[in-house]
Amino acid sequence: MPEFITAWLDRNEIFTAMTLLEYWQGLVNTVQLVFLSLVIGLVVAIPLAILRNSPRWWVSGPVWIYTYLFRGTPLLIQLYIIYYGLAQIPGIQDTFWWNIFREPFYPALLAFTLNTAAYTTEIFRGAIAATPQGEIEAAKAYGMSWFLRLYRIVLPSAARRAVQAYSNEVIFMLHASAIASVVTIVDLTGAARNIYSRFYAPFDAFVAVALIYMALTFLLVFAFRKLENHLLKHQRPAGG
Amino acid sequence: MIDLKGYGPELAQGAVVTVELALLSLLLALFLGLTGAAAKLSASRVARTVATVYTTIVRGVPDLVMMLLLYYGGQVMVNNLSDWLYEQYQIDWFFQFDPFISGILTIGLIFGAYMAETFRGAFLAVETGQIEAARAYGFTQWHTFRRVMVPQMMRHALPGIGNNWQVLLKTTALVSIIGLTDMVRVAEEAAKAERSPFLFFIPVAAVYLALTAVSELFIKWLNRRANVGVVQGEG
Repeated sequence: MPEFITAWLDRNEIFTAMTLLEYWQGLVNTVQLVFLSLVIGLVVAIPLAILRNSPRWWVSGPVWIYTYLFRGTPLLIQLYIIYYGLAQIPGIQDTFWWNIFREPFYPALLAFTLNTAAYTTEIFRGAIAATPQGEIEAAKAYGMSWFLRLYRIVLPSAARRAVQAYSNEVIFMLHASAIASVVTIVDLTGAARNIYSRFYAPFDAFVAVALIYMALTFLLVFAFRKLENHLLKHQRPAGG
Repeated sequence: MIDLKGYGPELAQGAVVTVELALLSLLLALFLGLTGAAAKLSASRVARTVATVYTTIVRGVPDLVMMLLLYYGGQVMVNNLSDWLYEQYQIDWFFQFDPFISGILTIGLIFGAYMAETFRGAFLAVETGQIEAARAYGFTQWHTFRRVMVPQMMRHALPGIGNNWQVLLKTTALVSIIGLTDMVRVAEEAAKAERSPFLFFIPVAAVYLALTAVSELFIKWLNRRANVGVVQGEG
């Protein structure tokens, strides 16, 4: 470590090795929670987006109700309902599920996953609906089956249209994950709240964590810009 | 009124607090958004830099962290200022940061940054010919803004404002975490005391759904009004 940093660390009372370790633990928890919910949410959202585009109302209707409910209410309420509600399901405390859902991490993961899946479904629904008719006709003319068409034509083309909106959703999720701290999870915000109450130093505790979140956000923005460049390579002007 | 084990009236009061909080935050956000957009489009380099720093910070930091920083940090800052004023000038001044004010300030600040982007885009969408024409008629800068820019920019800004409002409405739930007795807080306390989370959280969720549904209709109506005189469907 550069000398001026160690000198500064020696002088201050708050950012000791102990609290830095606490922030690190918080970072690990935040990243785990956000990463897992995003990955599971994406895997759930793609089939739901396909169903949502179905012309049959009894297929698209239930998916619409799901996305409407989860997009129309605050994530905090969803988290409370799942966190407090799961324990109230009759008999759950006798099954093995209780060992999982007793930890606050898993109810939070479930709430975040359901929430992000709802938003992602709508993003992909729009992207799939915007597939140019000609691409589908061409695929049909080649004799591709429904599944092959979806897999080779519709989904890759939709992914290109969805990536920008999806990157916003990812950042939104990272920021929304801060509420995990209200159900006793020590994520980044939880660590900052603990450190604040121990030292009564709001600026140090919260500015430090804000900087960590900012670094994470800009890392994500950078990564998605790279991904966008990669996916939209064919649209760049020739020679560029 | 549905009784909900005696918590009904309290929940209804909480809902009123939520709506008040959301509307006041919206007002602050609109003001900051217009100011921010003006700064972003201004010729002054300092104004542009300040506005860019503001929107960048807001986009990088979670709303809850900003709220905690403002609520706890704001009080410490006011305490220090109050001590300093008393020691230096014998002025006895004090200000208590309550959750309601902190909530309005934080939500207003956050959505002000998003509104700034919305307004910036909308102002840029107004044809420069319109502004030149107004100036040629001898309109002052304020009159150009009020009579030419705003009516024409609103049509482009409204969808963005509508989206921001819908997100803002749901963000108000966070203020319960710093102790505001809005409907989320009341429901949480009731759910804990009565050990029946569904009974209290589902009505609250339904109120949020109703609020977003009503807002959607209202925004649609505003959109129609703002687009009066625009020929739809022209290529």
